[in-house]
Amino acid sequence: MPDPRDARETVTDMPGQAAPARDEAIRVEGLRKSFGRLEVLKGVSLTAREGDVVAVIGGSGSGKSTMLRCINFLEHPSAGRIVIGGETVAMKSDGSPADRRQIERIRQSLGMVFQQFNLWTHRTILENLIEVPVHVLGVPRAEAVARAEALLARVGLAEKAQSYPAFLSGGQQQRAAIARALCMAPRAMLFDEPTSALDPELVGEVLAVIRDLAAEGRTMVLVTHEMKFAREVASHVIYLHNGVIEEEGPPDALFGNPQSDRLKQFLKSVG
Amino acid sequence: MTALAGAAASTLDLLQLAPPGWGGNLLRGLANSVLIAAGAFGLGLGLGTLGAFGKLYGGPVLRDLLAVYTTVVRAVPELVLILILYYAVTDSVNQILLAFGYERIQISGLAAGIAVLGVVQGAYATEVLRGAIQSVPVGQIEAARAMGMPPGLLARRVTLPLMLANALPGLANLWLIATKDTALLAVVGFAELTQQTRQAAGATKAYFTFFMAAGLLYLLLSILSTWGFARLERRARRGLPEVRG
Repeated sequence: MPDPRDARETVTDMPGQAAPARDEAIRVEGLRKSFGRLEVLKGVSLTAREGDVVAVIGGSGSGKSTMLRCINFLEHPSAGRIVIGGETVAMKSDGSPADRRQIERIRQSLGMVFQQFNLWTHRTILENLIEVPVHVLGVPRAEAVARAEALLARVGLAEKAQSYPAFLSGGQQQRAAIARALCMAPRAMLFDEPTSALDPELVGEVLAVIRDLAAEGRTMVLVTHEMKFAREVASHVIYLHNGVIEEEGPPDALFGNPQSDRLKQFLKSVG
Repeated sequence: MTALAGAAASTLDLLQLAPPGWGGNLLRGLANSVLIAAGAFGLGLGLGTLGAFGKLYGGPVLRDLLAVYTTVVRAVPELVLILILYYAVTDSVNQILLAFGYERIQISGLAAGIAVLGVVQGAYATEVLRGAIQSVPVGQIEAARAMGMPPGLLARRVTLPLMLANALPGLANLWLIATKDTALLAVVGFAELTQQTRQAAGATKAYFTFFMAAGLLYLLLSILSTWGFARLERRARRGLPEVRG
């Protein structure tokens, strides 16, 4: 597999960027997305460099989940450009990926965590973790199992390796889903409201795992309703409203001193 | 009393495996029935899988063709289909062979039976499997796509095993129907269980004995099948909590 970074474009001509910056992991440019006549995203851009934690906040229907799902083409952009690790995803005119192998390779480098966990119910937790490494990435089984067991221990689920997902609590399932994404050794993680489907008392254990990942310098884009958490872990926060970026910046500035009335109102309403 | 004992003895004589008993013929008929049913069920499963994926993910032309297939086959009585396909297909194959200067051939009843019943089974299986695939939680398929799983592997490792739990009750029905539809092949003279039974009964005038025996054999087959499918279903539903009312 060629190193995707070989195809990296120079970014030195971009204004406002210090020259020896960290590599770009994810760049979204002018992203638009319509469902029929409803335009959900109206030209959104973001950049996540290696080690960045970009938190995306906004009300329901603001387009934040759609934006995240466009990054790995679970939704097909109507316009715009997605660049992962310096490699631009080739798109057809309808926004669908032009090269199946390219999009599969790029998806393998992005670990996605869903609101509803989406573990495979017919496989044990361990089997969930090694499925893609063994059957898609060609990792030797013993090696994948060792990696999976280490990851399960890390998220506190070592004793659940042989259990089926349906017998775990929501918080345990989500921790397992995070471990499953990590087991592919992704370049970056995408979190789509990872705690929104959880009972309040189970939110903390999942946030602890994500906080741990942020602390070790993982690149991630995190769509969330947890404002306190976003402020704590994010290096950059984006406030999305009606499909446009209303305001963005470092967490302390955004949460401590919001500029736009909409963001002030939003922060007041979420508490 | 002696008359009753005599009747029982003669029944056993009639059902003996070696001639002049007819038991061996009945068992050979049963074996043929099972063979045809298994072949037709397998063919139907293959056609049904292709049909279901075609109907769900195929282009408009393919979907229309599959709609015609499932509509026509499910609309026409199976007996009529068997007569049409058996005689018409045999005849047209021979017409083609003659046109190219070959000899006429006799198509084996076994192959024809499997082909005809398989086409019928395929139409029903298409709908059973389509429904089962649609009931697979979409998030689990999305998770596989999001991890870069290629479509073929995704179908084999995620969609098919997940839909099996939903499909097995319907497929078990289809299998039981297949075992009994083999009796329809008696009309084209194929030596399956029903045809063998009719022959034995006609030759000995012991109608009650032979048709009861055949009925018991069909019952035995379906009890075994039900047990087998229950096991398969338990395996397919592993990992899913039991739902009880």
